[in-house]
Amino acid sequence: MNHECGPGGPRSSHERAWRPAVRLEKHLWPAIIAALLSAVAFLWASPFLWTLVASFRPEGAGSADMASLLPDLHPTLENFRNALESGSFGLYYVNTVIVVAGVLAVQCVTVSLAGYAFARLRFRGRDLLFYAFLLQLMLVPPALIVPNLRTVVDLGLYDTLPGVMAPYFASAFGTFLMRQTFLALPRDFEEAAAIDGAPWWAIIWYVLLPMAKPGLVAFAIVSITAHWNEFLWPLMVISDPANHTLTIGLAAFTRGAEGGKEWGVLAAGTLLVMAPLAVAFIAFQRRFVDSFVFSGVKG
Amino acid sequence: MSVVSTTSVDGIEPDRAIAVRRRRPRLLPYALLAPSLLFLALFTYLPVVRVAVEALYDKPHGTGAAISYVGLGNYAKVLADPAFQKAALNNLIYAVGVLVPTLVLALAFALAVQRSTHFAGVLRTVFFLPSLVPLVAAASLFFFIFLPGIGLLDYYLAKLGLHGPNWLGDSDIALWSVIGLTVWKNAGYYMLFYIAGLQNVPRDTVEAAMIDGANAWQRLRFVILPALAPTTAFVTVIALIQLLTSVDHVIVLTRGGPSNATNLLLYYIFQSAHENFEYGKAAAATLISVAILLAISFGSLRVMERGARGHG
Repeated sequence: MNHECGPGGPRSSHERAWRPAVRLEKHLWPAIIAALLSAVAFLWASPFLWTLVASFRPEGAGSADMASLLPDLHPTLENFRNALESGSFGLYYVNTVIVVAGVLAVQCVTVSLAGYAFARLRFRGRDLLFYAFLLQLMLVPPALIVPNLRTVVDLGLYDTLPGVMAPYFASAFGTFLMRQTFLALPRDFEEAAAIDGAPWWAIIWYVLLPMAKPGLVAFAIVSITAHWNEFLWPLMVISDPANHTLTIGLAAFTRGAEGGKEWGVLAAGTLLVMAPLAVAFIAFQRRFVDSFVFSGVKG
Repeated sequence: MSVVSTTSVDGIEPDRAIAVRRRRPRLLPYALLAPSLLFLALFTYLPVVRVAVEALYDKPHGTGAAISYVGLGNYAKVLADPAFQKAALNNLIYAVGVLVPTLVLALAFALAVQRSTHFAGVLRTVFFLPSLVPLVAAASLFFFIFLPGIGLLDYYLAKLGLHGPNWLGDSDIALWSVIGLTVWKNAGYYMLFYIAGLQNVPRDTVEAAMIDGANAWQRLRFVILPALAPTTAFVTVIALIQLLTSVDHVIVLTRGGPSNATNLLLYYIFQSAHENFEYGKAAAATLISVAILLAISFGSLRVMERGARGHG
């Protein structure tokens, strides 16, 4: 089809002949594409729409029509009450928040220090150490659940929330992100501080970190999302139901559901697990998108 | 330029640079890296050594028998295990079966939502939302979508006069159902990389092609796709790693069944260790999957480096 692209003599007459068709295309194609996109978007959103509709549907609505996407005329909060009572979701929320916050707090320290070292200091073995960090991006923690579980047992952390957090306290992704962030900052301020006799920790804490906030926020978004959603590792480490996180609770809940009967309650439970991140995303879309584009390395 | 390029002190007058450097103790860099290295050692380096050693031994569970050295026996056992062979084959089908439609959809979505209209913004949210929810939650949703007879899929198929198969119960279909779920879950995430990649496609080249009379398909095929090649390579690598290391949905939906139809490598490892207590086998299988992960990553180290630098 390349010959069409070449500059040719008969083109001008062609163009004139085609003009009405082109105009039609100009209006028709965007309309077709918009319709097609709306259909695909509806298809993509339908699992969520269905959850939303089902979670507010009264129990007695009958399971024959439980798949209907049409909202019920008498919405109820009954399902949410049942989910919160039967699944001890309140406790799971607390545990999940502890894990997410604990991981993030430690990570902020480790990645800031390491990111600063890689961005600003010269030392022997730096390249080698950088590649050693890189390894964590390939050997992602889920691949190493079996040996890591034994390490957690050896450390006496089995069936504890710190046991769930520990493998994530170092983050190669966070280190790279902070390194990039520090590299982009001007050196003038820290040099001035150093000449005034400020120690290294004061330079990081008072000079660099306030300017590196966007990097930290981006990292926090990715870290919170990853650990809020995590399932396999906590499933292996935790056995006491009092230590369950939201995803473990939801999985147990799903497997315990019988057919369509309990779908309303399960839909409500699923919504309770998804809601915090979904709401945060819709509120801070731009930030989320930028963070996740950067997060590719985290996989 | 390499990712580990040094941060030179160019641009600072030499005497100032020396003054700055003199204040820093020589061990400081290592002290700053120590906390990270401690946890990397415990949970990234040590475990690889640990499985390499443990895979050489066998301790039958519950029999009270002593630990015995079996050399490569565990590898032989794993490789000869029909469940492992099935899991490896499934994982290959799963990886390709997810990757191809996901890449096509991710690019199509990115092209569709490029414009900064309100409609495009809504589409972007809708397409991205699945990748933000836990895989377990996605599995819960699809548990009911796939429910025979009364689930969302069968309910609306019935309205069209069609009769669906047993989506998760039929061993010929189940893996494809899991693939469908994963495509829905991941396409929007990779869309983000294509959106970012499209911003780097030189505008002039596209316009030049337009002036030369290239139609939309030709512009995509000969201008945009080649310019997006690094994005595609990058997304392929992170997608492959992800497809080898996430099985939450398999645990919730099928437990690898029916008859191992949806068993994947990591699920096989999980099952060997957590349910069958065959640590030797689990260790050998872990090391095999570590080898696969390293092969994928080293085969594409340049791509990873580009990603580590913030993707383009």
